[in-house]
Amino acid sequence: MNEQEIKSALKTYILNEFLPGEDPAALTDATPLMTTGILDSIAVLKVVTFLENEFSITVEPHEAVVDNLNTISDIARLVIAKKT
Amino acid sequence: MYIRVLHQLLDQSAERFPSRPAVEESQGGSISYCDLARLSDRLRDRLCQMEVHPGDRVGLCMRKSADGIASLFGIMKAGAAYVPVDSTAPPSRNAFIFHNCAVKVLIVEARLENGLREQFSQLGYTPQLIVIDGVGGGIPLTQALEQLDAIELAPAAITVIPEPSQLAYILYTSGSTGQPKGVMLSHSNALAFVDWCSDVFQPNEHDRFSSHAPFHFDLSILDIYVSLKHGATLVLVEEQLGKDPARLAPWLAEKKLTIWYSAPSILSLLAQFGKLDRHDYSSLRLVLFAGEVFPIKYFKLLTSLWPHPKYFNLYGPTETNVCTFYEVPAVIPESQAEPLPIGKVCPYCRPLVVDELGNEIARGAEGELCIAGASVLQGYWNLPERTAKAFLPGRETRWYRTGDIVIELPSGDYKFLGRRDRMIKKRGYRIELGEIEAALYRHPAIKEAAVLAFPDDDGVPVKAFTSTRDGSRLSIIELKQFCSENLPLYMVPDFFSSLESLPKTSTDKIDYQKLKSMK
Repeated sequence: MNEQEIKSALKTYILNEFLPGEDPAALTDATPLMTTGILDSIAVLKVVTFLENEFSITVEPHEAVVDNLNTISDIARLVIAKKT
Repeated sequence: MYIRVLHQLLDQSAERFPSRPAVEESQGGSISYCDLARLSDRLRDRLCQMEVHPGDRVGLCMRKSADGIASLFGIMKAGAAYVPVDSTAPPSRNAFIFHNCAVKVLIVEARLENGLREQFSQLGYTPQLIVIDGVGGGIPLTQALEQLDAIELAPAAITVIPEPSQLAYILYTSGSTGQPKGVMLSHSNALAFVDWCSDVFQPNEHDRFSSHAPFHFDLSILDIYVSLKHGATLVLVEEQLGKDPARLAPWLAEKKLTIWYSAPSILSLLAQFGKLDRHDYSSLRLVLFAGEVFPIKYFKLLTSLWPHPKYFNLYGPTETNVCTFYEVPAVIPESQAEPLPIGKVCPYCRPLVVDELGNEIARGAEGELCIAGASVLQGYWNLPERTAKAFLPGRETRWYRTGDIVIELPSGDYKFLGRRDRMIKKRGYRIELGEIEAALYRHPAIKEAAVLAFPDDDGVPVKAFTSTRDGSRLSIIELKQFCSENLPLYMVPDFFSSLESLPKTSTDKIDYQKLKSMK
């Protein structure tokens, strides 16, 4: 899976799960997710579970923080770092 | 010492256990009983020097910390009531609260000072501030007091021992009209509950209590005062840690907590995501929960992972603190699909179940639970009409109407069935859906807004239905951002639905029944 495919899978998941009804164009790779109320603490747990299942990686508790999960770009970067 | 007021609990334990740890912070700081009592005395001296008098209010806007605990006691020792707020909530909401009950002094973390000052200047309100540079182990508070002493020394004052019926604290809860309302509670209100906890939970100085709830949340009353009364150690759970089961689970084992108290939601998350089978929780002897219904499937999961502690379901609105309790039997039948009962009434309270007209109904029939007794609030701050409506009319006894519909089971336990109004409980927080609607109406493009909750097995998702003035669809991302700037994060709706116009009843009111079917 390349970066674009990872981002696209993430975007689909976040739109379906947390923003149903939103115009897909409104969610960009740089939209802040955690600092703006789009993902609350329970949503973050769900995203981490999704990442672990979808991309066969393990996210350690100290990695599930705003620096790694605030935007789709951040999350994709974390996934790529974990897979390589 | 005969205990009449809450702050005597600390001074008594400081005499008995001066060098024992009173408070430990999850970030590493700690403070002994002796030092905590001294620091609260120093703050008392400063507040008295700033002309805080018995009956005044003093605000608190900081993260949970030893500094915060010392502040609560210092404020009460000056004879004032403390007013704690959610330091992560928007400054506009916190400024409203401080202005609403006219705090004379505000103790605030430096990083939050400017946001509040801006709001205060818009309100034309100028409380005195004690600004502390961060929190941790009581050190920043000590430094702030030393700096003030360097300018003008605060002379030693005497600890005020007010009448037990005087206010100890005001807790603001969500208000249906769009603004939070202040629940006024006295020393004797809190002590009735604290003393009962001593009898039932038998704490001692070797106990290690969790402090998971924030100080503006009434669960904190048990944590702080029961723990400090018995010389135990209060272990503060920092806010982010408290929301993250993957980090919280190993931390809780490492800290060897003996008594845990929180809303059920974090216990559900610990059971699901905490990998509890990997750690040693043998120290844990009591698990207490309150604030909302514990979904039975997650409760069973939790007890399968933690089979040894005793479990208590505690129930009660902020207005009465805990007023019923249920000790969960050691074995829950596999087939049980119903939530746990809320149990029997605590001995300092009396129950009355009434119909819609406020008339007492027969035992075993469905009705609204009303509570009288020593823990019942004094009233809502500066809202005499709202206060009057909170009690059953035309009766000598002050029967507080909980708004909760219950039924008494043959066992004598009460079972919670639902609400008679539009308040919900989510992750232990109480939320008036009307307050979310009021925030949405502040959005310039929104013409109509209706907010509904759709409780299921996994929680209480909240959905907002909106229509706009020009018929355009609003971005959900933008709406979530807007709400997070105007409401605490736990009140931001999970879902939004944009409609051309909201459905109406024949009398042209928003049709909530119809919206209910539009999940």
